[in-house]
Amino acid sequence: MSYDALRHFADSWGLVFMGATYLVLVGCHFLPRGRRHSRHASTMIFQSDETEADHG
Amino acid sequence: MDRLVMRTGGWFALALIAFAAMLAARDGGFAVHMGIVSAIALGLAVYAMRSADYAGFARGLLKMPADQGKYYDDVIRWGVIATVFWGLAGFLAGLYIALQLAFPALNLGIEYTSFGRLRPLHTSAVIFAFGGNALIATSFYVVQRTCRARLFAPKLADFVFWGYQLFIVLAATGYLLGMTEGKEYAEPEWYVDMWLTIVWVCYLIVFGGTVIKRSEPHIYVANWFYLAFILTIAMLHIVNNLSMPVSLLGSKSYSAFAGVQDALTQWWYGHNAVGFFLTAGFLAMMYYFVPKQAERPVYSYRLSIIHFWSLIFLYIWAGPHHLHYTALPDWAQTLGMVFSIMLWMPSWGGMINGLMTLNGAWDKIRTDPIIRMMVMALAFYGMSTFEGPVMSVKAVNSLSHYTDWTIGHVHSGALGWNGLITFACLYYLTPRLWRRERLYSLRLVNWHFWLATLGIVLYAAAMWVAGIMQGLMWREYGADGYLVYSFSEVVSAMLPMYLIRAAGGLLYLSGAIIMAWNIGMTIAGTPLRTEKPMRDAAYDPIADKPLIAAQPA
Amino acid sequence: MASKFFDHGRLERNISLLGIASLIVVAIGGIVEIAPLFWIDNTIEKVEGMRPYTPLELAGRNIYIREGCYNCHSQMIRPFRDETERYGHYSLAAESMYDHPFQWGSKRTGPDLARVGGRYSDEWHVQHLKDPRAVVPESIMPTYPFLAERELTAGDMRDDLTALGRVGVPYSKDDVAKANADLAAQADPNADASDLLKRYPKAQQRDFDGNPARLTEMDALVAYLQMLGTLVDVDAAKPQEDQKGEQPR
Repeated sequence: MSYDALRHFADSWGLVFMGATYLVLVGCHFLPRGRRHSRHASTMIFQSDETEADHG
Repeated sequence: MDRLVMRTGGWFALALIAFAAMLAARDGGFAVHMGIVSAIALGLAVYAMRSADYAGFARGLLKMPADQGKYYDDVIRWGVIATVFWGLAGFLAGLYIALQLAFPALNLGIEYTSFGRLRPLHTSAVIFAFGGNALIATSFYVVQRTCRARLFAPKLADFVFWGYQLFIVLAATGYLLGMTEGKEYAEPEWYVDMWLTIVWVCYLIVFGGTVIKRSEPHIYVANWFYLAFILTIAMLHIVNNLSMPVSLLGSKSYSAFAGVQDALTQWWYGHNAVGFFLTAGFLAMMYYFVPKQAERPVYSYRLSIIHFWSLIFLYIWAGPHHLHYTALPDWAQTLGMVFSIMLWMPSWGGMINGLMTLNGAWDKIRTDPIIRMMVMALAFYGMSTFEGPVMSVKAVNSLSHYTDWTIGHVHSGALGWNGLITFACLYYLTPRLWRRERLYSLRLVNWHFWLATLGIVLYAAAMWVAGIMQGLMWREYGADGYLVYSFSEVVSAMLPMYLIRAAGGLLYLSGAIIMAWNIGMTIAGTPLRTEKPMRDAAYDPIADKPLIAAQPA
Repeated sequence: MASKFFDHGRLERNISLLGIASLIVVAIGGIVEIAPLFWIDNTIEKVEGMRPYTPLELAGRNIYIREGCYNCHSQMIRPFRDETERYGHYSLAAESMYDHPFQWGSKRTGPDLARVGGRYSDEWHVQHLKDPRAVVPESIMPTYPFLAERELTAGDMRDDLTALGRVGVPYSKDDVAKANADLAAQADPNADASDLLKRYPKAQQRDFDGNPARLTEMDALVAYLQMLGTLVDVDAAKPQEDQKGEQPR
């Protein structure tokens, strides 16, 4: 495979393929089914059993 | 008793070996370094021999609370102190070399104080000493809290901290003595690099070990960023510093790569020192401390996951934009440019995620100077990650490369983003680590905020003007078809800009001195400064509750 | 988020998986960009005249690195009209093929030095390094008076050449064996340099610092500066498109 052909592919279909893959991955990620899980994860730092004595 | 003898003997043997290496050294610089190692090992031998409770002594002096809680925080307290100290040292070095560019007499005609040797001292002091200590300290703090587990191998954590300080001292004295590999931000010589590698592996063990023994099933997103930072820095550091020592008893080494390959390896390293040291690591700080200080969960946890993977994937490609129009093959330059522009998206995704965390609590910017500092840090993060892709476009880069615009860009990121977010974290940590009810003074934090912000504005504005002026003057042709300006004319045109830049640096340093005072007085404890509260509206605790339920996740 | 193909939740609970996945993701970019530079043959076009540094030039280069000159001076002329008029022909990749490390630089607080060789006299360089403002009043460069006063203590240059040989610089056995003699001979106007010149074409032999009695760091640094960009006859190089058997980039 010559440099020209490779470059041509990278500049056209390769780019389209990568972009599409990325958008699909991002899209799947934002489907609503993960909402509960991520809410739990994001508030995890506040569910503290921490008292002042824990800063030891 | 046997253990004591073993330990003392071990340190003493190390001291002897280092001393022998010093005597046999091929050059003065290596001798000085081995001398330092020998002296420290000897000190440790004496310390082990006397077996006195010096740690207790230091803790008393620094008013560290006794270690009785769930978490191991001693090393973090040391880290806070070291961060403040190296910050001051790095800013002072920066101010001094800024003044050297305006007043060359300040080079003093002595080799140890010339710009060429002090500039690496400044860059390493702020990036690796100030930034590195902030990262190590905050990562140890965050990983324990988010994993609800005591630090894995506390003694090893102590070694990481003190080993890292030794690395800084060896690197800094090396620069002054002219020992350098001659690659920007990777200047320390081969044996110092090897030492750092050992320390770094231990850092990974402590951090990873703590995550493994966590009692919380989920690994919080801040830890992902810390982990990516530790792993990637290890990879970059090892590959870029591959070099062939001239002698095992000398400091000099030659890079394993040459010319084009060396250039791309270096900027793959250099750009990702920015990407993973100064961005991923500090984003980890953002993802923990901004929500904690705002008492609101991060705006979108799922966006943070996208942010993480996109950022680490894209950043690593961006290095070649430091080599536009050079002898680097064109395809590599184009790749570097394309990925740099794409990098804009995750960067702004992260910034928006951080800023929107304050959604519903924007009034805190008015009432809480620490939040204000965090918001300003994120604003500067957004600005410099917008400016970066712009400068990576080849057409823009043809003007901006080699000029002070680059310096301005770096500092709007370093002073604005890294500096301010670190200060905010230090203000968050100090009262908690020393068990004070609050900081010594919030009003001083406010002073620090405004001094720093004004300093950055002066700095960045001066460097934009200087850089664009430089670029335009270098390429200006007159009607006669000749270049209009000689190089020296462009140099003298820079003077006013260099003075404004130094003034900006002075303001920034002043802010940091105020911070050092504030943190010092908080550590000293009583009495905390009695002052009028920052907020003028009456405090309403009911309105100040976290609106967790209303947040998109 | 859980799917049959790929469960991100697992990554969020397993540090080893997370670490390995991160490492793979960050390794891709570097591998794709850096690795080909070592095997694509048109990365460095071959040119006539490139040779490794003489021991004296190498010692000078090490002083250049030691003093951190790269912090303010680039050695990479870009192919723009103003740059080539100001500094000379744009830099070729081959011209830094023996540079361990490269010194392209990133900032021009001072001018580019890629082709500074032969542009100024030795006397000018010595004067300029001792006190830049004596010859360029606007200069903000530090002064380096100590270079002229200090004996060149480069150590055993054979070790340096051996180390460079190990990382791929083609020094011959002869070059390594004679390294120390070469170092002295190049700065000594009375020495016989025919052997040196045969092994290092275009090497300049003379006293560089104006004090033939001593071999100083100034000698080495000026010898290095005076050879920068002088090895390759750039005008003789064919345009890339004319080179047979290679694809244009």
